[in-house]
Amino acid sequence: MLTSANLVWLIALPLFSSAILLLAGKRSNSWGHVLATTVSASAFTVGVIEFFAMQGRPEESRAVTQKLFTWISVGTFKVDASLLLDQLSICFVLLITGVGTLIHIYSIAYMSHDLDRRRFFAYLNLFIAAMLLLVLGDSYLNLYVGWEGVGLASYLLIGFWNQKPAYATAAKKAFVANRVGDVGLSLAIMIAFATFGDVSFAGIKEHAEHASSTQLTAIGLMLLLAACGKSAQFPLQSWLGDAMAGPTPVSALIHAATMVTAGVYLITRSNFIFDQAPIAQLMVLVIGGVTLLFGAIIGTAKDDIKKALAASTMSQIGYMILATGLGPIGYAFAIMHLLTHGFFKASMFLGAGSVMHGMKDEVNMRKFGGIGKFMPITALTFGLGYLAIIGVPPFAGFYSKDKIIETAFNAGGVKGIALGVATLVGAMITAFYMTRVVILTFFGNERWGHTDEPHESPALMLIPIALLSVGSVVSGFVLSKGQGLVHWLEPIVNPLKEHHAEEFLPPIVVSAMTLSVVVIGVSIAIMKYRGDQLAVAPVNVSSLTKAARRDLFQDDFNETVFMRPGQSLVSNLLNLDYLVIDGTVRAVGSISLTAGSKLRSLQNGYVRSYALLTVIGALALLTVIWVVTA
Amino acid sequence: MSIANYLYLSAILFTIGAIGVVVRRNAIVVFMCIELMLNAANLAFVTFARINGNLEGQVVAFFTMVVAACEVVVGLAIIVTIYRSRRSASVDDASLLKR
Repeated sequence: MLTSANLVWLIALPLFSSAILLLAGKRSNSWGHVLATTVSASAFTVGVIEFFAMQGRPEESRAVTQKLFTWISVGTFKVDASLLLDQLSICFVLLITGVGTLIHIYSIAYMSHDLDRRRFFAYLNLFIAAMLLLVLGDSYLNLYVGWEGVGLASYLLIGFWNQKPAYATAAKKAFVANRVGDVGLSLAIMIAFATFGDVSFAGIKEHAEHASSTQLTAIGLMLLLAACGKSAQFPLQSWLGDAMAGPTPVSALIHAATMVTAGVYLITRSNFIFDQAPIAQLMVLVIGGVTLLFGAIIGTAKDDIKKALAASTMSQIGYMILATGLGPIGYAFAIMHLLTHGFFKASMFLGAGSVMHGMKDEVNMRKFGGIGKFMPITALTFGLGYLAIIGVPPFAGFYSKDKIIETAFNAGGVKGIALGVATLVGAMITAFYMTRVVILTFFGNERWGHTDEPHESPALMLIPIALLSVGSVVSGFVLSKGQGLVHWLEPIVNPLKEHHAEEFLPPIVVSAMTLSVVVIGVSIAIMKYRGDQLAVAPVNVSSLTKAARRDLFQDDFNETVFMRPGQSLVSNLLNLDYLVIDGTVRAVGSISLTAGSKLRSLQNGYVRSYALLTVIGALALLTVIWVVTA
Repeated sequence: MSIANYLYLSAILFTIGAIGVVVRRNAIVVFMCIELMLNAANLAFVTFARINGNLEGQVVAFFTMVVAACEVVVGLAIIVTIYRSRRSASVDDASLLKR
């Protein structure tokens, strides 16, 4: 395998920049954002150079590695800190650094009034470095470092405005929910190490061919748990909505385009495990299917524009997870949807940020309305993202989502029909809630309740959005042209070049069905939300809407099943500790004190009483001797 | 006369001395009572020397006398000093160690 000395710079540049910005403190306030953005752009340049170099090489020698140092060396067990750039990781490198750089540029303007802008950029760079380490690590252990790193950066950025207690709580919630998933990942690594004595991707891939399916299933399920935590999949999804407490560029970069897709990367990277563990693969399908509907239903009821987009992210990642569960054929489509989603969701989040920027940080869509004519460029770019996500041809989402629906139908038998119907229903709900977002925000009557007209955002914010919406228009076509991405990823995810044994439905029928459900979803939304709307959410709504507004009781469930019993367990243990353990210690203390104060009265300072005691003592001694010897 | 009578006398003298130490307040009297107890012990030692027919008891009696002499020197000096500073030789007044 080829080696390249360039890979380390991808991680080292943003990491050093982050360290400089954090250590230099206020001195770097004036140039911190410039450094951070330059570094991110440099990392992107390195990525592009590596991409073209890779493209120029023949298929079997495309992957390059770089060994940094020997990390752990105990007996025969040896782990190198080394990086692996192959056809799969280059997709992520380009997405992370490309979208990352655009969001850096956007943030310069978006955060310009924030006193802590330098700290924000330091965290952003930290995130870029950790995310690149996640996708470049050549073993599960190296991946784990990046995995924890992005968790930390996500925590720091969600709680960036931690002067507001609710935001600090949201950051903590995200961290705790992610920890549950992280435990899954560490257990998977431990099982893999105990079974194969190796943690590198290449090593485990080799061993997995002869491994028992029980062990592979255990590893697969633990990896799935990890993916659920990081990618906000059912049942660990509850943190993503609250994570919108972070600044909008963070929501766009971390909680839409990159970090939350790490679970998809993990499962795709571990394809050699899942392909031989049918039970784990089935669970992946179930989780993906449940989450895509779950997120979509929540999305229909949210009035907070960012939370509606977050629910949509959850749902779209559900599509990707479902695609990874479909086996060798599905991985490439999952990655394709991941990339196109990265473009259109980031563009829509940045658009939402632009609307908030012009609307004095208002996020309630009920108080928007008619913004389109005041912010035409934002409305246009948001509209392109909207067309992409609902899957209108020829926008990006059409190519990627259609492929997933088609592959789901072709999975065969009852499973195929169930998955296909779930993805179709998901597509319809997606069309409904995205139309709702667009109508409530950009069309209809003006409901913002003050006379200040919203203003269009500065060019520094609009240019990144515009570039991302170009991506959301063309990326689907570019990636699927001549099955480009599918063939590109084949050596990694589908080495046997598997195809559908038989097609349940021809592609044209699937496309027609998808388009018709999209049209139905859009029409329902238009009928429901045309005309003037009120600035407050209606109260008399169906119980399903109420449930969706409460995130389908995910928080209530967590609080009832985990939080309250956990709290009562803790308080009981605390009482036990106080009463029994501390009680014993305190009893010993108080016995000593009481005995002391009683005995102290003997020490009255009178010589004659001491003498009397001496006499009594001597007499007692004599009596004892007399009794014993007699 | 039985030789045991010396021991009885010794016990009586020791008891008188012990009671005196406990009940009297005047430091000089307490001091004299201590001397009485020491001498009662001496009498017992000498009697035992006689009973056993060796000199060991008499040797110890001499040691006791030497120690008693030293004790008188130190003890009287303390009592005199206390009397000078407090104008009182009562042992109950000298109870400052309690605090």
